[in-house]
Amino acid sequence: MQVPEDLRYTKDHEWLRVEGDEATVGITEYAAGELGDAVFVELPAAGMSLQSAQSFGVIESVKTASDLYSPAAGEVVAVNSALADKPELVNDDPYGEGWMIRIRLSDPEAASTDGERLMDAGSYRSLVEAG
Amino acid sequence: MTEPATDLQRTALVERHRQLGARLIDFAGWEMPVQYQTGILEEHRAVRERVGLFDLSHMGEVWVSGPDAGDALAYALVSDPTRLAVGRAHYSMIVAEDGGIIDDLIVYRVADERFMVVPNASNRVAVVEALEQRIGGHDAAMDDASLRTSLVAVQGPRAAELLAPLTDVDLASLKYYAIAEGHAAGVPAHIARTGYTGEDGFELFVQWEDALPVWDRLLADGEKFGIIPSGLGARDTLRLEAGMPLYGNELDRDTNPFDAGLGRVVKLDKATDFVGRAALQDVADKGPDKQLVGIVVRGRGIARHGYPLHEDAGGDEVGVVTSGAPSPTLGVPIAMGYLPPADTEVGTMVDVAIRGSMVDAEIVPLPFYKRAG
Repeated sequence: MQVPEDLRYTKDHEWLRVEGDEATVGITEYAAGELGDAVFVELPAAGMSLQSAQSFGVIESVKTASDLYSPAAGEVVAVNSALADKPELVNDDPYGEGWMIRIRLSDPEAASTDGERLMDAGSYRSLVEAG
Repeated sequence: MTEPATDLQRTALVERHRQLGARLIDFAGWEMPVQYQTGILEEHRAVRERVGLFDLSHMGEVWVSGPDAGDALAYALVSDPTRLAVGRAHYSMIVAEDGGIIDDLIVYRVADERFMVVPNASNRVAVVEALEQRIGGHDAAMDDASLRTSLVAVQGPRAAELLAPLTDVDLASLKYYAIAEGHAAGVPAHIARTGYTGEDGFELFVQWEDALPVWDRLLADGEKFGIIPSGLGARDTLRLEAGMPLYGNELDRDTNPFDAGLGRVVKLDKATDFVGRAALQDVADKGPDKQLVGIVVRGRGIARHGYPLHEDAGGDEVGVVTSGAPSPTLGVPIAMGYLPPADTEVGTMVDVAIRGSMVDAEIVPLPFYKRAG
C-alpha cells in the first residue's frame, strides 16, 4: 500500500501536500480502494473558505456517496476539473492526477507539523493496518 | 467498513470468494460478495460483453408437488402456473390480501405435478410461511430445499458457448424462460435459461456441495471467453439497466403489481380464486395510485434510492427514487422511481433532490438497455 512519506494524513483518509503557504488535497490509496470505482466527484468552487475538518465535497462510487473533509483551514485556489470527466483518476493515481483541491493555508506552519488532525506517513500506515 | 457478524449464513462458495479477494457483505443475512478485486464496473461490463459468473446460493428454492400443485400455486400467487407447459417458467408475485407484494419470484414447472418456486433471499422465510398456509387444503406438498440447493449463474453473450460442452442438456433448444434437468460439469443440475441481467444466460440449480465443482469448472473453462466472477453490486447495476425491479426498492408491502407496471403478471381471469384477488381487481378497475417510471439524470449528480422527486423547476415533492446508479453501459446516471400516474409521460422533466439541490432529470421508457437479437 502506497503511503508517500512527504504527505500529511488525516484519520478520514485525506492527504495534504504542503508547498509553502499552499497545499494540495486528495484521498489516499487506501480510501480509493475502499470506495471502489469513483463515478462522480463534487468539488467546491475556487474562493470557498474552509475550516479544518469541514466537508468540501462528495465522492461517489457505484453504490455510495462519501463526504470529503479538509485536512486544514484555508481558501480554495484551484480545483481539479479533470475529475469531472475522469473520476477514475482518483483510483488510478490518488496522489498525483487524482488530486482534488488546492488551498491557500490559513496557517502554513501548523499544517507542516503533526498535530491533532494531521499525522505522518508512518502513523497513517499504522492506523490503516490496525484495521 | 463494517465487519459481517459471525452468525451470517454462508454459501458453499464463500471460501472461493475469500480466495478471490472479494469484498463480502451482509446481504439478507448471508455473507455475500458485493464485488471482487475487479470492481463493479468491470464485472458489469464482463456480463454485457462476454460472460460473468455469479453465486446466488442465498436465494430460495421451494418445491411444490402433488396432483393439485398447479392449482395450489394458482391460489397462492397472482399468476396461473397451471398454464405453464412442463419445462417452462414464468415471473410471478405473491401478494397479501390487500394486494401488497410479499415477494417477486419465478415459478418453474419441472414436471406435470412438480413446480419449483424461487423467492428472494430476503423474503424466503415469509414466502415459505405464506405458501405453507395457502397450499394447505390442496392435494399438494411443499419442500423448502433452499439450504440443500446451490445456485450458480453464468450470464452474458458467451454463456451458451461456455456451458454447452459442459452439459448434456441441449442448450440450442432451451429457450428463454425454459428449464431442463440434466448435468453440468459432471453433477446433477436443473438448468434454466433465466437471469436478472438482461443478457442471455443460465441459472444452474445443483446440490449444495456441487456448487464447488460447477464454479471451478466454469471459471477454468471460461477463461478463454474472458469470464470473471461478478458480485451483487454488478448484479444490481445490470438489472437496473434492464429495467427489472428489486424487492425492497421498487416492490414492497405497500406496493401492488399494477403500481410497478407489472399488471400483466396478475391473471385476474384465471379459473381459481387467489389471495389478493379482490384488492387487485379494485386497482385494475380504478387505476394505481402511483406509477413506476424510468429516469435519466440530465444534470450533474447521481439519483439514488430514497431521493425525493419534485415537479420541474423546483416544484412540489411528488415522488421518490427507488433505485439509482451510474449506468456503465449508457454512461449516464439512471434511476427508477414512483410518480403520480398523471405526471409520468415519457419526456417529462422532473427534479431530483440530491443533497438539497434540485437536479434536472427526464422520464424515459423502460428498459434502459435491451440486448441485441
